[in-house]
Parts: sequence; structure tokens; C-alpha cells
Amino acid sequence: MSEGQTVLAKRAESQSIPFWHDPSKRAIVYQAVALGVVLTLGYYLFAITQANLQRQHIATGFGFIGREAGFEIGESMISFSATNTYARALLVGILNTLEVAVIGIILTIILGTIVGVARLSSNWLLSRLAAGYIEVLQNIPVLLQLFFWYSVFHDSLPLPRQSLNPLAGVFLNNRGFYFPVPVPHPAYARMGIALVIACVACTFLCRWSRRRQEKTGQTFPVWSVTTGMVVALPVIAWVVSGGPTALDSPHLIGFNFEGGMLVTPEFAALLLGLVLYTSAFVAEVVRAGIQAISHGQTEAAMSVGLKPSHVLTLIILPQALRVIIPPLTSQMLNLTKNSSLAVAIGYPDLVSVANTTINQTGQAIEGVAIIMVAYLFFSLVTSAFMNWYNKRKALVER
Amino acid sequence: MEVLVQPASTEEIKPPVTSVGVIGWIRANLFNSPFNSILTLLIFLFLCKIVPPFIKWAFVDCLWNSSGQQCKAVDGACWSVVTRNLRFILFGFYPWDEQWRPVVSIAILFGLFYYSRNRRHWNRKLVYIWGAGVVVMGVLMRGGILGLSDVEPTEWSGICLTLLLSLFGLTAAYPLGVLLALGRRSKMPAIKSLCVVYIELIRGVPLISMLFMSSVMFPLFLPEGITVNKILRAQAAIIMFTAAYIAEVVRGGLQGIARGQYEAAESLGLDYYLKMRLIILPQALKIVIPPSVGILISAFKDTSLVVIIGLFDLLKTTQVTLANPEWMGFSTEAFIFIGLLYFGGCFSMSNFSRDLERQLES
Repeated sequence: MSEGQTVLAKRAESQSIPFWHDPSKRAIVYQAVALGVVLTLGYYLFAITQANLQRQHIATGFGFIGREAGFEIGESMISFSATNTYARALLVGILNTLEVAVIGIILTIILGTIVGVARLSSNWLLSRLAAGYIEVLQNIPVLLQLFFWYSVFHDSLPLPRQSLNPLAGVFLNNRGFYFPVPVPHPAYARMGIALVIACVACTFLCRWSRRRQEKTGQTFPVWSVTTGMVVALPVIAWVVSGGPTALDSPHLIGFNFEGGMLVTPEFAALLLGLVLYTSAFVAEVVRAGIQAISHGQTEAAMSVGLKPSHVLTLIILPQALRVIIPPLTSQMLNLTKNSSLAVAIGYPDLVSVANTTINQTGQAIEGVAIIMVAYLFFSLVTSAFMNWYNKRKALVER
Repeated sequence: MEVLVQPASTEEIKPPVTSVGVIGWIRANLFNSPFNSILTLLIFLFLCKIVPPFIKWAFVDCLWNSSGQQCKAVDGACWSVVTRNLRFILFGFYPWDEQWRPVVSIAILFGLFYYSRNRRHWNRKLVYIWGAGVVVMGVLMRGGILGLSDVEPTEWSGICLTLLLSLFGLTAAYPLGVLLALGRRSKMPAIKSLCVVYIELIRGVPLISMLFMSSVMFPLFLPEGITVNKILRAQAAIIMFTAAYIAEVVRGGLQGIARGQYEAAESLGLDYYLKMRLIILPQALKIVIPPSVGILISAFKDTSLVVIIGLFDLLKTTQVTLANPEWMGFSTEAFIFIGLLYFGGCFSMSNFSRDLERQLES
């Protein structure tokens, strides 16, 4: 480097540009200002809230969750009474939310897929019917649908004494739907264990058969063998344990039914409303996913000599799933979030229990925080799982 | 010169009767395979079971204008629950004698929507027309001047509240959403993480938790002596909620703009603000019009949730009507009616969005 250039460089350095013309320094200022504004706002909110809470003599902190709740919950998966703590009440709420969400998601995916495929059917009547289903259910607020189903189940069904009896042992009335259930017996636990064993065995069988096919080209009837195992093992366990057939049927005592399994109108309305509403959106997702696969793929697969079932399972579905999974994930999250509308029809989900807690303790901030953290947790877990699944199914490129 | 040789007879051979006209259509669309034929017959049977009883219930055995007692005597639908309470269901507690004002306001709103449908009207003039329209509607609803009597905003209920919450929710949330989207794509880590946290936090929780926040937590955030009415608080919650969803839609639009556009703007020497305002946002916002209509539809549907915190929107006025002993038990009819209202609104908006998407693509 010549002497002249060094001098020039030094002069440029000494003539420092003002910091507001330097993008990197400007960025630091902007961020400092933004953070400052957010922190100041946060501080003021905190200070005002503290003052308000003290003035209104509202306790702070999560100490209340150890206290006695003092309210009953209509239905719960674990035993609960008014003398239990708020913590247990909230746990009941979380379990109820999860129950609706999990059952709802499974039913929604099944129903949504059926309607989505029906929408693409070459049968004009079926495809129009599916289109009508999608349009009507998508365009009516889910809360209105919940109210509608609740009023149907609660107002339109008869009193217990005049119950509808569509099948032997099944009763429908305005207190809910009663089903017969098997009387508890050790055989059922063994059947469960047998089912788990069958599933594990099937997983290994699938892996082995795929490896063998990759090595030798020989195929193995995986589908029929796994189905057989999943059905046969529990049946064998049942027969070995003596084959109990006793049923606990619901029967009318006084003004109400005893025994059997009860599905309350609240739960039924919530589940039906959520499943119908979300399945309309899932149907659109499925339709878009299938339509995204060009017809050339089917033709190419056929011309290679694959049979129709293999065309679907090996060529179309793996590609369609890639398109379907991300929007499907967001629909599953929507269903979980919409299950919070249970509070409007009196199903004791998390929001409903937290709402009662807020009303009793007056600790609104903690109550709303519990709701938000729980739903954030559900959302994060669901999207983490679906991202993992999506990665497995995603196109592997170089 | 070539000579055209005419065939001796030019009689056309028509396609067989079974492949044209009604019969052909039925064969091609309903009975084109054994499976489809069975399916068609099954659906037909199903419809025969469902449709005639429904028509009988809804249109034959029904009462259109009677008292609740008379309704209990018939088997059919009691549409009287809607016709007799129509004004309360639609306008709630808006003073009875002044209800022509919301009617005119809603008519103006529909007029504005109808005018805005046409893409040729999308220019600066449209903004002024909307501005004027909003002012006129506001004056009509609020009153207090021009000889109109004063009506407190707390009395605006029914469909007015539903429309107010959803339209203002979207309008106010849009600028916020655009800022959040720009923030999320910013290269400054602090601003980016603030925006990401906000967006993901809001998108992870249900709207109802935001509404609870507005009804029970917001009052604690305000200094002593200041109170904000419940409708405004709910409106704030809806705006905060909608903004996060708009941010994601706008981000999609921003990602859809080719890199060359950014580079071209920079090479012209435009700074960040001018680059976004003149080059990037006009293109990005145009792409996201159809999904934004989608957000308007969800906002319209989601405002029904304010029922849960006790605001008198369309759903709540219906519930109040149904709580009246005279009309108890006719919830199906009332819910079908407001279901139709919501369906009409959402369906026309989604059709508009679909048409627009097609036009923008071509």
C-alpha cells in the first residue's frame, strides 16, 4: 500500500460519519428505543396494577391453587369434589379440554377426509352435497353451531321417562346419552396389554419386511398380517381370560338412569359442533392437497405397472400429505383453541373452571395467565409433533 | 383451381340420445359406474327421508306471525319467534323509535360494499367515499346533532355491535399487523424477537382468553379513576388478536415479492421507508387481499364470542329473546335465522374473495 493511500484511509476514518447515517449504529438506536418503550410500558402497567390490586385488597401470587375450591364440577375423568383444591379443579379442566380435543381431532380428520374426497367425487350429487356441507358449516360461527346443537340435545330430546331407545340398552334423553358398557373384569386389562404387544410387534414386522424387500425384492403381506395380529391377539387374551360378556346396562330408577356410560349433552354438543365445523375446513385442506398432485403422477404410476391401491399409497398420498400436513396442523390447533368455547354451554373445560376460579378468588391475572400458558403449551406440543412428522414426510432434497 | 367436392348427402349423424341432453348428463354424472349408481340411489333415498319432513316442518306446518302459545299447539316451525322479535334481535336496546337510523346506516354500509366490489373503483376517491360514509354512519348512530337524539354507544347492540366490532377490528388491526409483519422480517434482532413473541403468543391462545383479559384484566391496568367501557375493551382485544393473524398473512405477501424488487429499490438509493412504501408494500398488499378477506370473515364470525363476556351482539339478543318464557323452546328457529344472516354475510364475502383471486391471477 502506498503512502498516499494510507493517508487517505486515515483521513476517511478521522472524518467519522455521524452515527445517524450509519445503518448499523442506527439499528442499535432503534432497537434500544423499541425495547425502552416496551419496558417502560411494562413497568407502568405493572406499577398501576400493583396499586390497583392493593387498593382493592386482591391477593397476588399462585397461593390460591392450594386452597379448597368449594365448587362441584359436572363431569371429570378423575375423582373430584368441592373439598378438593383449585389445583385439582384446574387439572380436571385441563383433562376435560384434552379429552374433547383428542377425540375431536381424530373424528375431524376422519370426517374431513371423507368429505374432502367426496367433494372430488365424479358423482355430481355427492360432490354437490359435500360442497354444500363445506360452505354451510364454514360460514356459520362455531359458537352458534354449539348453541344450536346444545339446544337440540337439551331442549328437543324427551325427559328421562320418555327416553328414545333406538337400540337395546341405548337411551337418549335430555340428560344425555346412555350406553351399556362391559362390567369391569381383568380380561379387559389383558386385552389392552395384548393390543400394545401387537402394535409393537407390527412396527418391527414392518421394518423387517421393508429391509427384506430392499435387499431381496421379495414382498411380504404386511397389511393383512398386521391387521390379523391387532385383531387376533386381544381376542385370544379375551378368550383365555374366560370371555366375560356381562354388560352394565343403564336402567331407569326414579326419574333418572343409573349404570352404563353417560355422555352429557354438553360434551356431545361441544364435540359435535367442533367436529362438524373443523371437518369442513379439513375437507378443503384435503381437497386442495389431492388436487395439488398433477394427474401425470397417477398416469406415470399406472404406466409403471402399479396397481391402483399402490398408486394411491406409494405415489399420491405421500405427495399429497406434504401439502396437507401444514394446514392440517393449524386446523388441529384451531379445534383445540375453539374447545375453549365450552364455557358458553357449560362443559367444564379449562377455561370454564378457570373462569369460576377467577370469579371466586378475584385473581384475574393469575387465572388468565393459567389459561394462556396451558393453551400455549398445547399449541407448542402439537406444532412440535406435527413439525417432526412433517420433516419425516417432507421432500428429501440434496 | 381446387374444386370442393360435396358429398352426396350432408346429413349429420347425431350422437346417440343416451349421451346428450338430460339423459346423457345423468348417465355421465350420476350413473357412470356401478359404485356411483349405488351411491346416487343411497343419497337419493337419504334426501327423500330428510327433505320432505323438513319442508313440511319449515314451510307447511309453520306459523309466521302468532303468539308463543299458538306456536306450542302446532308441530311445525314457529317462525313467529323471529318475526315478532325481529327488531329486538337485530337492534337490541337501540331506542325503539330511532331504529330507522341503524337501518339507514346498514344500508349505507351495504351500498359502500357494493360500490367497492368493482375493482375499477379502487382508487383514492374510494378512500374519501368510505371516510365520508363512516362519518355519516357514525353521526346517524350516535346522534346528538342535526336534531337527532343522543344514543349512547353502550346502547348499540344486536347486528350493529357485530358489524362494528368486526369492521373496526379489521380496519384498526391492519396497520398494526403490517407493522408487526415488517418487524418480523426486520434484520434487527431485538425488534424481530419482540414481534415474533407477540405474534406467536397471540396465535397460540384462544380469542376467548383475550376477551376474558379485556373484561377482567384491562380494568386493573388502568390508573385509578379511569374506566373504559366494556365494548371498547372488547374491541381492543379483538384488534390485538386480529393484528397477529394479519401480520402472518402480510408476511406471506412480503415473502412472495421477488428479491430483485428489494435490490432494485435499494440500488435506486431509496431508504427503508421509501422502499417499503413505494415498491414492496403496494405489491405485497395486493397479493394478500384475498386472504385478508378471509380474515375479515373469521373476524365477523369470531365477534360472536363477545356473548361470553356479556356484550349484546346478535347472538346475545337472540338468547335474551329465547329466555322470555313465551318464546322458550323455539331456539332452533331463532338459531336458523341468525345462522342464515351470518351465512349470507360470510358466503358473499368468500365468493367475492374467490372471484378476486381469479382476477388477480390472470
